[in-house]
Amino acid sequence: MRVYLDNNATTIVDPYVFETMAPYFCEMYGNPNSLHEFGSETHPALRCAMDQLYTGINANDNDDIVVTSCATESINWVIKGIYFDHIFNGDKNHIITTEVEHPAVIQACRFLETLGVKVTYLPVNSDGIIELDTLRESITQETALVSIMWANNETGMIFPIEEIGKICKEKDVLFHTDATQAIGKVPVDVQKTNIDYLSFSAHKFHGPKGVGALYIKEDKIITSLLSGGEQMSGLRSGTLNVPGIVGMGKAMELAVENLDFEKSNVMKLRDRLEDELLKIPDTFVVGTKKQRTPNTILISIKGIEGEAMLWDLNKAGIAASTGSACASEALESNPVMEAIGAEADLAHTALRLSLSRFTTNEEIDYTIDIINKAVKRLRAISSTYSYAPDWHNSKL
Amino acid sequence: MGKNNLIGGSIWEEYSQKVQDLMNNPQNMGEITEEQAKEMGAKLIVADFGAESCGDAVRLYWAVDEKTDKILDAKFKSFGCGTAIASSDTMAELCKGKTVDEAVKITNIDVEKAMRDNPDTPAVPPQKMHCSVMAYDVIKEAAASYKGVDSSSFEDQIIVCECARVSLGTIKEVIKLNDLKTVEQITDFTKAGAFCKSCIKPGGHEEREYYLVDILKETREEMEQNKLTALADAKTAESGEFGFEDLTMVQKLKKVEKIIDDNIREMLIMDGGNLEIVDIRDTDDGYTDIYIRYLGACSGCASSSTGTLYAIEAILREKLSQNIRVLPI
Ligand SMILES: Cc1ncc(COP(=O)(O)O)c(C=O)c1O
Ligand code: FES
Repeated sequence: MRVYLDNNATTIVDPYVFETMAPYFCEMYGNPNSLHEFGSETHPALRCAMDQLYTGINANDNDDIVVTSCATESINWVIKGIYFDHIFNGDKNHIITTEVEHPAVIQACRFLETLGVKVTYLPVNSDGIIELDTLRESITQETALVSIMWANNETGMIFPIEEIGKICKEKDVLFHTDATQAIGKVPVDVQKTNIDYLSFSAHKFHGPKGVGALYIKEDKIITSLLSGGEQMSGLRSGTLNVPGIVGMGKAMELAVENLDFEKSNVMKLRDRLEDELLKIPDTFVVGTKKQRTPNTILISIKGIEGEAMLWDLNKAGIAASTGSACASEALESNPVMEAIGAEADLAHTALRLSLSRFTTNEEIDYTIDIINKAVKRLRAISSTYSYAPDWHNSKL
Repeated sequence: MGKNNLIGGSIWEEYSQKVQDLMNNPQNMGEITEEQAKEMGAKLIVADFGAESCGDAVRLYWAVDEKTDKILDAKFKSFGCGTAIASSDTMAELCKGKTVDEAVKITNIDVEKAMRDNPDTPAVPPQKMHCSVMAYDVIKEAAASYKGVDSSSFEDQIIVCECARVSLGTIKEVIKLNDLKTVEQITDFTKAGAFCKSCIKPGGHEEREYYLVDILKETREEMEQNKLTALADAKTAESGEFGFEDLTMVQKLKKVEKIIDDNIREMLIMDGGNLEIVDIRDTDDGYTDIYIRYLGACSGCASSSTGTLYAIEAILREKLSQNIRVLPI
């Protein structure tokens, strides 16, 4: 049996999405900007996809949803665009974000720091959430942008975006949210909330890889980073990724349609998995279920290093992920785990399981069984989880 | 960068088959109980190293024959990633049959080598080398416990590169002996910095007390300083021959004064005269001119501008420099 429980990393392309994209590879392959039928025959599908995107996040027709290559591009565009428009000219010199953002945000900010920009990285509490008061106090006259994620990729914790939007409005600063982990998991409505910019990637909600978008509120246009053939109204040049856009549109439509399913069925499966795993002694999960995206569990299993756990799971055909330093190519411990910090061990014992609407009951049963077996095997090897008789001259 | 680095691989693909097998089925995993040790007629040693919060922790069990100091059996338990488990296992295997003193000599490099499928291919990717470092540390703990000494007594050196177990002393020595100028050279010579790279400069995987960049800088400075002192020492020792030209005016004056005091003045005083140095100047054509004035009886003496003058000049030339000219005023 092969079980995919790493849906926060990427997802299976929904077969309906794939079907919708298929004609735009070998049949309707024209360049939408060309003046011939090969080009123009792609237009209905593109328009439909744009409708699906606008509807999906409830954007106003005067707002822009600019298609990019991924969330990373969208995020870099906002952060560096704000630099060109509001910081480079000397108006402002400060950006606020959090310690637990995706590296796309953190690294873009670090880059701006090398150019002299001040960046505040808001700390999080042991639930992985920022304090609103700290945010309020951090905003100054110099602040050009607040960038805070909607939901965290490691913990699934949902940030209070509505309140954050309000604070930004009150203080009159621009607000960007990285909604990559929110689309398809929680309702995202850019009219209900004060949001100036919002980024996402299609592959996180059963769309294709290599396509994402940046939502830009009307009148909040930022300098383009990709100059060229003036596609996307000149906001983001480059020949349109027709199958990608069509696929992302369909994926968005399905994601929104399935929000209820996500909240009921996926969440139920997740909760069952979580409850079963918490029966294993000396385990804990970060954040309360209610405050989390319905599909995510970040669990710490005492005495078992994350990579060792992944090894055993992988042998049994189960895909999961860990924030453990030992499992990353650079061997860097995961900053999110460190920021949450409450239990130092989290950085080494974390196991992330992320479900999707394609996850089945049987898969969850199988996973519960395999994890229990892995825990038995690895705890037997573990030197930090056995009963330590008092005669041994341990330094621990 | 380059073709092979643009699409990152999975670190698992770089584990040797042996490592993978040991991760799945460690051979020496477990404990040795007091009773089991007794049955073997051996002393039980249990040693720990690391902590869960560091990401690695290992416990080593030894049954040691006290008559021969031989390790009859070794077992381990380990909190850590797969490679930590595999290297702890290999370390325990390597301990068996060795005496305690021999076991202390096992390094993490030995452990890594023992896990290779073929002698030329590393058993683990470079950044994973540090996982086997624990294996080395815990052996020292066990040996210390057996001998009833402090584990630091096995290592009076400061280890700079944990992965390759290279000490501060060794690194400084190779820099000096081989006149090394770059960190890459240090790595070529000692293997320090060839693995996880934490020890090269701050900001790596692990924070460290010493970094190769700093050691290189300090050692180079030290070498530069030593060179200068050596040069200066050589000059004072031989004061003359070649050193004189490099001295400052004040130093030259002092040297000349001393030579005159030691060799000449007495002679003149016996004759009822004396001399004083009025000035000392370096000329453009490479001479050092010393202007003197005779005092007392000398001032009218005929030979003061010939014989005595030549004598003074000859002594100064011999003791200090051939380029000295003595000029009376
Ligand atoms: C919260 C968050 N932001 C941004 C990204 C980046 O998405 P992409 O890799 O598609 O650019 C991810 C994906 O890992 C994410 O989880
Ligand atoms: S400490 Fe890892 S290479 Fe030196």
